[in-house]
Amino acid sequence: MDFFSVLGFDANTEWVLTGSLLLGFASGTIGSFVLLRKQSLISDAMAHATLPGVCIMYILFQVKSIPLFLIGAALTGLLATQAIQLIIHRSRIKTDAAIGIVISVFFGFGIVLLTYIQQHFGGSKAGLDTFIFGQAASLVKSDVQVITIGSLILTMIAALFFKEFKTVVFDPAFAKGIGLPVRLLDSLLFSMVLLVVVIGIQMVGVVLIAALLITPPLAARFWTEQLGVMAFLGGSFGAVSGISGAILSTTIDHLPTGPMMVLSASFIFFLSFLFGSKKGMLPRMVKLL
Amino acid sequence: MNYTLWIILTGCLVGVTCGMSGVLLMLKKMSMIADAISHTVLLGIVGAFFVSQSLNGLPMLIGAAVVGLATAFFVESLHRSGIQSDAAIGVVFTSLFALGVVLISFIGDQVHLDTKHALMGEIAFVPWDTLQIKGESYGPVAVWMLGTVLVLNLILIAVFYKEIKISTFDPQYAKLIGVPVAFVHYLLMGMVSLSTVASFDSVGAILVVAMLIVPGATAYLLTDRFITLLLISGVVGILSAMIGYGAAVYWNVSIAGAMASATGLLFLAAFLFSPKHGWLMKKAKQRRLAANS
Repeated sequence: MDFFSVLGFDANTEWVLTGSLLLGFASGTIGSFVLLRKQSLISDAMAHATLPGVCIMYILFQVKSIPLFLIGAALTGLLATQAIQLIIHRSRIKTDAAIGIVISVFFGFGIVLLTYIQQHFGGSKAGLDTFIFGQAASLVKSDVQVITIGSLILTMIAALFFKEFKTVVFDPAFAKGIGLPVRLLDSLLFSMVLLVVVIGIQMVGVVLIAALLITPPLAARFWTEQLGVMAFLGGSFGAVSGISGAILSTTIDHLPTGPMMVLSASFIFFLSFLFGSKKGMLPRMVKLL
Repeated sequence: MNYTLWIILTGCLVGVTCGMSGVLLMLKKMSMIADAISHTVLLGIVGAFFVSQSLNGLPMLIGAAVVGLATAFFVESLHRSGIQSDAAIGVVFTSLFALGVVLISFIGDQVHLDTKHALMGEIAFVPWDTLQIKGESYGPVAVWMLGTVLVLNLILIAVFYKEIKISTFDPQYAKLIGVPVAFVHYLLMGMVSLSTVASFDSVGAILVVAMLIVPGATAYLLTDRFITLLLISGVVGILSAMIGYGAAVYWNVSIAGAMASATGLLFLAAFLFSPKHGWLMKKAKQRRLAANS
């Protein structure tokens, strides 16, 4: 914390910055698994689908309670991924169209509920708007605690079960062969993605939180071919994006937090795309010469 | 024509224009490209504003079309450099969309262009922004724009009907008999970009995505014939717009959001009850077969 106070931030901002750092790390790490399982866009659908959940909780209980909102978000996020699976398995619609259907319909319904709340409860008080693009400056200490503790737990689980996850991601058949509980690990990984989305929406927003799962690990991919290094590097890229986005949006007026974090991540991705030691453009061109 | 009818007409035009071009993308398994383009178009619109300092139609159309095609190009180049396609789409559209949102926040309050507008559009304001020629009013600009794009799309589909059909269902065979597959591909991307641009300003990103993807998917559950697919997709788009508008007025909620939800309801109905491909219908058929044997 002392590091931040040197830079002249107040106590609340320190909390926010710590939260954004840890959230970025957790999402970058978990995103590495998501990327390898080719579920990047499914996580985007999950994120968009949390909006109606948050709104339903507000309509039902008419209080601004973050735990309730997050439960609602998790429920509709889960429902969305189930809907995608159902559409793929029970009809002739392919994966990408199924994801698109779920994204637009769930989010559209979320907007309907949001405007309903604004009409009937004077919902600008509830601050639900900030869930769309995220607003770090509006977070209070208890919100940030949820983000901080959640991110720490997620990162720890990822580290603890790293070997098992790696085996399940790369070679599910082998994992089954050596007696790993594949389905359980699968569900655990899925729950971790859901959790990182749910705790992140307040800060980054439902529209762009998936970018924090997709972009940092993808940038890391240009530097390494080992999953361990990739997860750590992805986490670090995520942490840098998170904190620089949070700093920029709290110091410059009107800048929305989520988009700034995503832009920071995109910038890191761009640099990695050009200079990454394993797959970057320049090193590859040099090799050709 | 009165206020309500103009809004419904705009919604229907969005539905039929996006529905028909979207179904072509879906058949080529490129629905998520549609999702990406309808987000990044925002950057084109904001960029055009910074260059021209106005919210006029033409610079915006150009800006949006440029960014739309750039999105398709970036995704393809990343994919070719070895990145899996879902991640390539994800990284390109979130980056460009985030850039658009951040740039919007620099514009300030003097113009009616903000993040909310980008997501939900301003369909309720469509009737006020009319085309003026020599002091005469000729109806909303949005209707003219959408109408033009629709006619253009219809002409293109009619002229290249065979080429589009063959290269959609069997690209290899199409190449073999000399159909210019790459040309047809960019023709489709152009049609989608134009439809998106024309719709975006009045209905916002959510509804554009919904109308591009959902009516096509719904139609795909109802028929196997190409021409019927196009027709049903357009009709589903129109129905969604009408149902959505009714619901939005009744509950006093976002029109674009309600229309998007309506596409979802129609899809659900087809998913469950389509005579040939519906889930419940297939189940019932299986049960009947089991009972007979």
